[in-house]
Amino acid sequence: MTPRDWRIFVITALFIGFFPWVVQPVKAISHYVDVMVFAGIFTIVCLGISLLMGYAGQISMAQAAFFGIGAYTSGILTARFGLNPWAAMPAGALLAALVAWVVGIPALRLKGHYLAMATLGFGVIVHIVLSEEVAWTGGPSGMVDIPGLQVVGLKLKSELGWYYLVWTVVFLVLLFCFHILHSRVGRALRAIHEEESAAEAMGVPTARYKVQVFVLSAVLASLAGSFYTHYVTCLNPSSFNLMWSIRFILMVMVGGMQSLWGALLGTVLMTFVGNEWLHVFADFEVLVYGAILLLVALFLPKGLVSLVPRRAAARSI
Amino acid sequence: MEEISKSPAVPILELREVQMQFGGVTALRGISYGIPSGIIQAVIGPNGAGKTTLFHCVSGLLSPTSGEILFRGRPIGGLLPHRIAELGISRTFQHVALFKSMTVFENVMLGRHPRTRSGFWATGLRFPSMRREERRIAQEAMYYLDFVGLADEAELPAGALPLGKQKILEIARALATEPSLVLLDEPAGGLNMRETEELGDLIRRISETGTTVALVEHDMNLVMEISHRVLVIHYGEHLATGTPDEIKDHPAVIEAYLGEG
Repeated sequence: MTPRDWRIFVITALFIGFFPWVVQPVKAISHYVDVMVFAGIFTIVCLGISLLMGYAGQISMAQAAFFGIGAYTSGILTARFGLNPWAAMPAGALLAALVAWVVGIPALRLKGHYLAMATLGFGVIVHIVLSEEVAWTGGPSGMVDIPGLQVVGLKLKSELGWYYLVWTVVFLVLLFCFHILHSRVGRALRAIHEEESAAEAMGVPTARYKVQVFVLSAVLASLAGSFYTHYVTCLNPSSFNLMWSIRFILMVMVGGMQSLWGALLGTVLMTFVGNEWLHVFADFEVLVYGAILLLVALFLPKGLVSLVPRRAAARSI
Repeated sequence: MEEISKSPAVPILELREVQMQFGGVTALRGISYGIPSGIIQAVIGPNGAGKTTLFHCVSGLLSPTSGEILFRGRPIGGLLPHRIAELGISRTFQHVALFKSMTVFENVMLGRHPRTRSGFWATGLRFPSMRREERRIAQEAMYYLDFVGLADEAELPAGALPLGKQKILEIARALATEPSLVLLDEPAGGLNMRETEELGDLIRRISETGTTVALVEHDMNLVMEISHRVLVIHYGEHLATGTPDEIKDHPAVIEAYLGEG
């Protein structure tokens, strides 16, 4: 991380740390803590999307499906088999990794947007499975009575506990992603995005890297899904359909595709927009999302972070 | 023909009847040739002769339809480009293919890829081995930038450099992979006279480090001045080989060029 990133990191961490203290006493906005728990969970998904799409340039339309794989694996293993949630979580991540690997290998060996096509189909399949496998997933009506989380033997009851847990995970994932980007792996991912043939000719195994970063993004989405499950303690397949995949991508786009800070900012902003202010549009919500997508693509292609002025001419991540 | 009589024993690169077809079009019609180790080898020929196709075959971006390519005696035809880069062949591109939004420094650092190893876990968790490796990558990249004379531009985005320097940067990036054979595809294309002269010096210095250089080039002055051997191809066929002086007076070569207009 650059000194600038560290500064932003500290400021963001302080903001997140004090945020509940400010909003909780005010009745009208005390539920913002709850919204921020969701924002944190979604940020974990979106950091993966930033690596995969923003940096490596590979489009996935199935991140909600991986989110769902994590959520349902955790839900089923804990509610139906009584497994400890912390053990179910890596099981979900492993399953998501395996599935991403299988989907990714044929799609990513080819150049171009084959991954977008393959994941589009895959996302639909996952949604159908979640809706139809009634015996396992509860079908369209979903699952209830999923246990919550325990941290060092204490049951995580309050929103505040969840808030700090989720955001700690967000910051750890953020560091992990930053460290990858500032290394030979990160340079290889960006090189694949910009000039795939040249990257390959310079010794970057492009197919392998594309599969690996896709798997990583799937694991992050699955992890987020597991936290989501134990936070809401009930599941419904409609949270994991194509619309949600697009929403995740939109979050990253609003903040800025080629910036981890952009992913974080966009996710928090769009979660608030979606949860708090878009209800008035009811069925026309999709239209509003479409409009936002269009406006961002046309007038702010590099997202909100591009509005922040930079000193140096060079853009080193 | 007096095939590479003055050269050292084993060619670093050997082409055996290399053929490349695209649908009904035959770009290479069975080229056989050996590049002696340690020399500066020029490949010339009229436009569309198949020179770039040949480089694509050697670097693995294309897989030859038939024939064999041996690098230090080992067949490499059909290997993926990154494997070939690991084995020690690197290249530049006719149309500059830099990572434009990455800095000059990062472009050369990327060239160290086949000589380093840290993966997702090692880098994400910042293992000490990975930090050491990153420090080494930075040092080595700086060495190559110094070598080509771009150290002052290290922090600029590669896309901000003028074309001449972009071409040089591509060479630095290729050298950073530590190739024993480097393929330069029209390195002087778009350079002015002074830049071309400097390029000639740079290619000589690369050759002095022991790296074999093969270049496709249209600038005949440069070719005649720096290369030890010249291979002429025409319509995908091996037309002539020899020293620059021999090639200059070769009747078939003169005809091929004049015939093209």
